[in-house]
Formats: sequence, structure tokens, C-alpha cells
Amino acid sequence: MSRFLTPQGGGPGGLARRQILKLGGALAAAALVGGRAVAAPVDTKARIVIAGAGAAGLAAASRLAQRVSGATITLVDARRDHYYQPGFTLIAAGLKPPSYAVSKTGAYVPRSVEWIEEAVAEFDPVGNKVVTDSGRAVPYDFLVVATGLELNYGAIAGMDRALIGRSGIGSVYAGPDQAAATYEEMSRFADTGGVALFGRPATEMKCAGAPLKYTFITDDTLRQRGMRSKAELIYAAQNQTLFSVPIVSEKVRMLFQDRGVKVAYDHVITAIDPGRKVATYATPKGPVEFGYDFINVIPPMRAPDAVRKSPLPWASGSWAADGWMEVDRSTLQHKRFQNVFGVGDVAGVPKGKTAASVKWQVPVAVDHLIANLSGGTSKAVYTGYTSCPLITRIGQAMLVEFDYENNLTPSFPGLIAPLEELWISWVMKEIALKPTYIAMLRGMA
Amino acid sequence: MKELDPMVFLAVFQEIFGLFFWPLVAFVVLGLLAFLAILMRERSIDPRRLVWSELVGLGGGFVGIWFMMAITSSRIEDLGGPIDWLLATGIWAAGAVEATIAAYIVLYLLGFGHRTMAPLMR
Repeated sequence: MSRFLTPQGGGPGGLARRQILKLGGALAAAALVGGRAVAAPVDTKARIVIAGAGAAGLAAASRLAQRVSGATITLVDARRDHYYQPGFTLIAAGLKPPSYAVSKTGAYVPRSVEWIEEAVAEFDPVGNKVVTDSGRAVPYDFLVVATGLELNYGAIAGMDRALIGRSGIGSVYAGPDQAAATYEEMSRFADTGGVALFGRPATEMKCAGAPLKYTFITDDTLRQRGMRSKAELIYAAQNQTLFSVPIVSEKVRMLFQDRGVKVAYDHVITAIDPGRKVATYATPKGPVEFGYDFINVIPPMRAPDAVRKSPLPWASGSWAADGWMEVDRSTLQHKRFQNVFGVGDVAGVPKGKTAASVKWQVPVAVDHLIANLSGGTSKAVYTGYTSCPLITRIGQAMLVEFDYENNLTPSFPGLIAPLEELWISWVMKEIALKPTYIAMLRGMA
Repeated sequence: MKELDPMVFLAVFQEIFGLFFWPLVAFVVLGLLAFLAILMRERSIDPRRLVWSELVGLGGGFVGIWFMMAITSSRIEDLGGPIDWLLATGIWAAGAVEATIAAYIVLYLLGFGHRTMAPLMR
């Protein structure tokens, strides 16, 4: 079933032809074949608990429900609304309403899976149980941790979630309504001009392309309204790069130069004063203040409380402080607790915390979990693949795909160039991404 | 998007069109069957009807592009590399073929060209 082991690369011409043939063959096969050849479900009485019903938790629940029979699969999460987070950028661009990103968690929970509508308050991997916020202990034989992450707005002095949508403050990540409020502020700025600040935190973060996308979207909005010359856009980079993959960082540097976006390297936001409209940044030379008329605040991110305070995070290294889970980067299996897996944003692995990462992590983690419970072995490997349709203006994007090693891993080599601003990449983001995501939640993609 | 599994394509298309997916598939299949039925019944392509259908098809291609631009908030200036022009051409061609077939069926049902041109074909 899993064919994500083969890295793609090599000469463009031959692969392009092969890709076209593959695509044609795939479509023809889709028309001819009635169903996918699925391995028979594994019979087991195992108790499998999935903590978190976001993208990773639901995808894991669907995959597990397909692959085991007789097991007790329990999903633990208090959130009834499910957010399609990749849609937040489109909402903040004024292209979609907040409802675009909102659906019901219950719509994706497989019938054979029990859903406890409570939050996990405590992980006890030694006692093999989780405890919910009502104090209910849920024992398990296998645990999949998919709690997502915490947006730590409190780490920026003066910043509060309630400020989003007021006094020129936006923040795309906070939620669908906040993304819409961000558009209102950005749109107001696009009508008046002034200084707009963008940037990212120094921590690991969700979709590191999103802050860049919003800079490009703001630039495009200004241009469409004939206001670009009245505005100054500054991107505060947390280090000396604009993206963790060097070749992409260099491309973004060129695009920023082309669009007239100024870059302040080694600037990390530490405080905001909404009254004075001033943001303070930590730099190697000490604190620096920038005034703004619009700012897209991206807070530091860390693992949720319950994970941070458990034995699950890395004990040392760069991921320890923020509590990211100590998992093997190839199998997503916990390094110390063999019956625990970590998928999605909470996993302490390099690179993407994106829906694309989830799509490729979950089948690998599930394969290893099933190998563990059935006494077999799994050769499934997660290579760090992730993808980012990096919007460079409304109507164009670069379909950037890469892995742990900073290799570009284009899905359509020779056809869709990863570092070219293309309409087709935008069309995919607009039309195909959400359906692919939903299919992933249902275990179909 | 890293691997191309036919069932993933099917699942994604089902998500894109939702409840409309199977009715749309049925519509396309019925349209093609109706077209084939007309061809078999008349044992030839009616040239006058075809020319008018092709004229409608020309417009249909542009409607296809306009529709795609509208639902993706895009403008014609967004066409960047060759693959974009290929995609736009593909959309135009699909719109043109569909509109031509649909027009041909409608004109047949209206009796346009029916029998009147048939003798000339012989």
C-alpha cells in the first residue's frame, strides 16, 4: 500500500514523460478498477487511544479503523468544531468566509471509533493511561498522540488573542474568525498605506510558509488597489534565512527584492504596544522598535500543556524546552515508550508541521503500530516529506515540496516547477487541497 | 500529492463535487451515449449541425476558462509558465468538446439539420 519510500529525483525529461504516463495510467485505472486492494484487517483486542481529533488524530482514527478489527479505538478531544487550517490564509486574503474552514469533528469519526468529548489533561506513559480533564482515566495498549500545538501569544509582552482585529493587529493562525478579522485590518491598511510588519517566531511552527504567503498577499492587495507606493512592507526573519530549505529561502529573497519587501534578519518579536502601534524585536544588537500600521503577529509555538508536563517530550536538545515529543523521525514511534506514537504538530521532528506532513506521517505511524501489535515488522519510513503551496500573489503560487534533507521532492517533476510562480499551483491550492485534506481525514488519501 | 493513486484521485474528485459527483458523471456518460445513439441512428455526422455545434463549442471553451478563473479568483495575467498555458488550453478544449456535443444533441432534438441535409451526404 505504501509507496512513499521512493524519493523522486533525476533528469527532468524522462521523469516528466513517465509522470504523464503514470498520471494517464492512474486515471485509466481509476475508471476501470472498482476498489483498492486492501490488506485484510488485523484481528486484535488491543485498546488504542488517540489523543487529539485534529487532522492527524482523525486521519489516524480512520486509518486504524480500516486496518484493525476487534480493537477498541478511542479518540479523546473536547473540540466539536474541526478547523481546516490551510484555509486560514485564504480567509485572511478575503477570498473565503470563515465558514470555509469550519466543519464538525463528528463528521469524520469512523463508526467503530469511540469519541470521548473531553480534553486530555494528563499523559501517563508509564502507567499506560491518559486522564481527561474530568478525571476519567483511559487505559491503553497503544497510544497515538496528536494533540497539535499551542499558540503561545502570552510569550509576546502586551499581546493578547483578543487584540486580533483591532488597532492594525492581525494573526492568521488563531482561528477562522481571527483570520477574517486579520483581513479586515489588512484591507484597511491597503486603503491607507503606511508600514506593515510580518515575521515569524524563533520556535518550531506550523506551516513556516504562511508568514511569507501573507506578506505576498498583502503586497498583491496593495498593488491591486494602486497603493503599493504608499506602503512599506518589512519582513522580520528569526535568523539569517527566510525559509529552512536554502534553495527556497534564496528564491523568496529574490521575490522579496522584486516586490520591494524589506527584510530585517535576526529579528524576533518580543513585545507589542497596541496603543503606540510599536513592536519590539530582540536582535543580536539588542532590542529594536518598529512602528506599524498593520502587523501580522505569529506567536511562539510549543507543545500543549499536558504533553509538555508529561514524560513524552525530548529531555534535551533544541526541542526540549517547548515540549515536542521525542519520536523517531522515520517511524514516529516514541524513543522511550515503544507503544506510543506522535504524529502531526506535536511530533518533535525537523521540518514541516503541515497537513501534508500529516498525510505522510500517519500511514507510517499506523503501519508501525500495527506491526507492533501483531508481532510483525514494518519497513514504512517517513522521509520528512512536506509541501507548501507558497502563494506569491492572488492567482499564483510555488508548489514547494521538500524532505528532511532539504531536497526538493516535486510530485510532478518536469511538469510543475517547484520554484516557479504558477497559476496551476494556485489552482491546486484553491480547488484540490481541501478535498484532498478531507479525503485524508476519512483515510481515503 | 507525492504519489498518484487512482483511488485517491477518485476520492478527491468526490470531495470536490460532493453530492454532484455521481450526477455529473451520469450526465457526462448519458451525453456521450446520446451522441453515439444519434450517430448510429443517422449513420453519419450531419455537417450543418456539426458546424453550428462547433461554433457553440468555440464559445464553450472560453466559458470553461472564465468559469475556472471565477471559481479560483484568478485573472488571465496569472498564467505564468508553459504548464499554465497547457492547463488553460486543456480547460478550453474540454469546454469546447463538451459544449459541441451538448449543442449537437440539442440541435438534433430541435430537428435542426435532421434529414434536410441527409440527401446531400449520399
